[in-house]
Amino acid sequence: MEGTAASVGMTGVAPPGSGALGRRQRGRLDRIGDRSLYVITLAAALLSAVVLGGIGYEVVHGASASISHFGLGFITTNNWDPVPPHEVYGAASFIYGTAVSSFGALLIATPLSIAIALFLTELAPRRARTPIGTLVELLAAIPSVVLGLWGILVLGPFLRDHVEPGLHSVLGWIPLFGGDQSPVGLLPAMLILTIMTVPIVSSLTREIFLTVPKESKEGALALGATRWEMIKTTVLPYSRPGIVAAVILGLGRAIGEAIAVTQVIGGALGIHANLFVPADTLASRIASNATGAPTALNLASVFYLGVILLALSVIFNAVARLIIRRMTLKGS
Amino acid sequence: MEAASTPANHPLLQGPPNLKRRRRVNRALEVVAWVSAVVAVAALFIVVASVFVKGVGALNLDFLTQGQVAFGPGGGIGNALVGTGIIVLLAAAMAIPIGVLVALYTSEFAKSRSASAIRYVLDILNGVPTIITGLFVVVLIVKPQGHQSGFAGAVGLAIVMLPLVARSTQEVLALVPSSVKEAGLALGVSRWRTIVSVIVPTAFGGILTASLVAVARAAGETAPLLLACSIFPTTTVTDPSQAMANIPIVIFQYSESPDPSKHTQAWAAALILILFVLLLSSIARVFSARVKKRLEGTR
Amino acid sequence: MNPKTDELDVTIDPENAERGGTSPPDARGFRPPAATAAPASTPGPAGNEVGRVELKDLSAFYGSNHAVRGIDVTFEPNRVTAIIGPSGCGKSTMVRCVNRMHEEIPGARSEGQILLDGIDLKGPRVDVVAVRRAVGMVFQKPNPFPTMSVYDNVAAGLKLTGAPRKTIEAKVEDALKGAGLWDEVSDRLDSPGMGLSGGQQQRLCIARALAVDPEVLLMDEPCSSLDPIATLRIEELISQLKERVTIAIVTHNMQQAARVADTTAFMLNGDLVEVASTDKIFTNPDDERTEQYVSGKFG
Repeated sequence: MEGTAASVGMTGVAPPGSGALGRRQRGRLDRIGDRSLYVITLAAALLSAVVLGGIGYEVVHGASASISHFGLGFITTNNWDPVPPHEVYGAASFIYGTAVSSFGALLIATPLSIAIALFLTELAPRRARTPIGTLVELLAAIPSVVLGLWGILVLGPFLRDHVEPGLHSVLGWIPLFGGDQSPVGLLPAMLILTIMTVPIVSSLTREIFLTVPKESKEGALALGATRWEMIKTTVLPYSRPGIVAAVILGLGRAIGEAIAVTQVIGGALGIHANLFVPADTLASRIASNATGAPTALNLASVFYLGVILLALSVIFNAVARLIIRRMTLKGS
Repeated sequence: MEAASTPANHPLLQGPPNLKRRRRVNRALEVVAWVSAVVAVAALFIVVASVFVKGVGALNLDFLTQGQVAFGPGGGIGNALVGTGIIVLLAAAMAIPIGVLVALYTSEFAKSRSASAIRYVLDILNGVPTIITGLFVVVLIVKPQGHQSGFAGAVGLAIVMLPLVARSTQEVLALVPSSVKEAGLALGVSRWRTIVSVIVPTAFGGILTASLVAVARAAGETAPLLLACSIFPTTTVTDPSQAMANIPIVIFQYSESPDPSKHTQAWAAALILILFVLLLSSIARVFSARVKKRLEGTR
Repeated sequence: MNPKTDELDVTIDPENAERGGTSPPDARGFRPPAATAAPASTPGPAGNEVGRVELKDLSAFYGSNHAVRGIDVTFEPNRVTAIIGPSGCGKSTMVRCVNRMHEEIPGARSEGQILLDGIDLKGPRVDVVAVRRAVGMVFQKPNPFPTMSVYDNVAAGLKLTGAPRKTIEAKVEDALKGAGLWDEVSDRLDSPGMGLSGGQQQRLCIARALAVDPEVLLMDEPCSSLDPIATLRIEELISQLKERVTIAIVTHNMQQAARVADTTAFMLNGDLVEVASTDKIFTNPDDERTEQYVSGKFG
């Protein structure tokens, strides 16, 4: 990094090429330079907007045949039958799978993440905070395909042999914990998505907790609050919108995960309350069906699933980012 | 003398009437927080340890250099290592320069309104499910070309990387002290020269960090490749206009294979991938802490 | 209504002092106003002496930085003790030791004894929660809880102890009256505490501290962020409140110390240079450094 410092110093002394060119010539060159760098960076910025727009356009365009064929009824139709001539496609089963697996994951991940974030900002010994925070965030770096591999070969069989029978015998009267047990299905998908969302939600929540004014926290402690009461009276109420945003972002991540879910969910149609049987999600159906779609209508219907998924993700992200933006404005 | 006259039931010694219960609640929360942190760290260790234990046995030079074998044991992932290398490099070559330019636009040229709009676009783009990016690439490149290709995969990964590079570069550029910028401009150095010779070099460490993080993410990203580059030969391909093997898809396909020997190979490939990704993330993390410290120090 | 004019109204109202004086005396420590003029060194009659704070050889550290160097001082009940000295002399640190807020700072610790009514606040049998319940604190910057209403701010401490609603209501009103804020906020108890003016916010924080019936009130430069009129209002309040609680006020403003304090302590570089009646400190101090400081030669 010494080199950087030196180059800063150098520039201050003599702008490159100052001697050879005349002042006027250099002025013109600089104007051209300023202008072209502006245009290049603007083009790059516009490109990112075009890519986002293009994704939206192409996915809707690709789905148009299915949209005009099935209309909004697609959303409530619980069928995926690619056999011509009576092809019927509908997203209900995948929407259900997406909702159950992501909400289930966030139901576990949210309290866990808040507890981790509190641990890292308020409760852990100071020296333990950075290393443990780093380890939690490294969890996010594990590629989803590796998590999926672990899910299908380790977690799934473990759940089937050791967890699902227990859950069934104790809680079997709840439809969620029905009789059929399988290494693939909603439960492993939920757990894999939990592992994926915890680092995201906890690191966002931690950053929000760090913005809570020190004065507020001191005020609560000085009033004779225990650490938990201080958290309850100042940290949590102040952070509530940010926590909501973090959870929505986590939800956005969970519904969009295709690979790991495809590996562990089993890819089956149907809406069953039982968490132990195979199911499917929007993202995972797109992943398993997009290559080698047998008919044009089938492919268009895959894109239709994409439209639904994209719309949900964009809405979730847009809302969450707006909340976060409003919070940071308030904070500064 | 004071202590002698102090009654044992003095409020200071007793505390508020409900203090015992409050202390218990506080204790319970601390335990819950500890357990939660341990659970998350344990998840990391369990996954990494599983991959290590199950994969390390299959790792040897042949496995790393030989091509795949369609059925049964034997063969390696050499072709996929080459393919992933080419695809990720191509993607980085597209995403990093563009990402840095976008960041320069928002932090050096744009008015605050359009800068904030672009940041918003990048955040949304970052939230687009990568499988959807895959669909986009299918329409954009795979269909017109008539077949899958390494290039199509690289474009998909580049779209995933772009917002990551741009957003973290923006954050680093925001840390470049305005005194440094103003010093350049005050000397009569034009804007573009200030950017090229002062701002970018000052933020170079941060840009490098952002790029490492994005590469680490792209190396393991599977969904776009599944649609753009998943039907490939078992031999080594170096022409990106053709479909080429790559590590994430090999792991994905082997994980769904009924053949246990393929499972072992999947673990070994996952071990390589995970080591690469964790190494890169750790380097980036150490590096970024240092860069931030230095930039904040110059403030 | 403009809060500024509101405060102005109250401040210059000649009846105001009377109104404060007619508020019901606290059962624990009411003394006739004449007694407050007695020299601080003379302890009052034993028996109703609650809230005596004695610091014995108190030292405070930030890591290896020795910020308070073995000082001995007593805050007498029903007296206002001012702690003056140049910034960084350890005066804030010293009072933050009394309610053990000092130990909340990473790496900070203290040595020596702090006795409240003869009980060592750092002793093993004393819970920090009980300490802070008995020793209230008002901070430099008004810090009402940002998410709470006026009422909830004052009730916050009482809710922690699980007091019944009726008690809370009565105590909130009493505390707001004690802080001279009742007339200004009684019609908007449900509006956010942050919506008040700066001076009102600080009095809200005083009410919040008073609501739990502390024996001692620590004030750490409570007027440093307020305008002169709001400052005057707080100073008047301090003179009234000493009938209720022992007050220790840290201030960098010597005129303020002269106006409100019965006893003044002068600190320099972590040492307690001199403590005596306020009159003596400002007219005829024993130590040459005190003389120099109060006459404005440094600091």
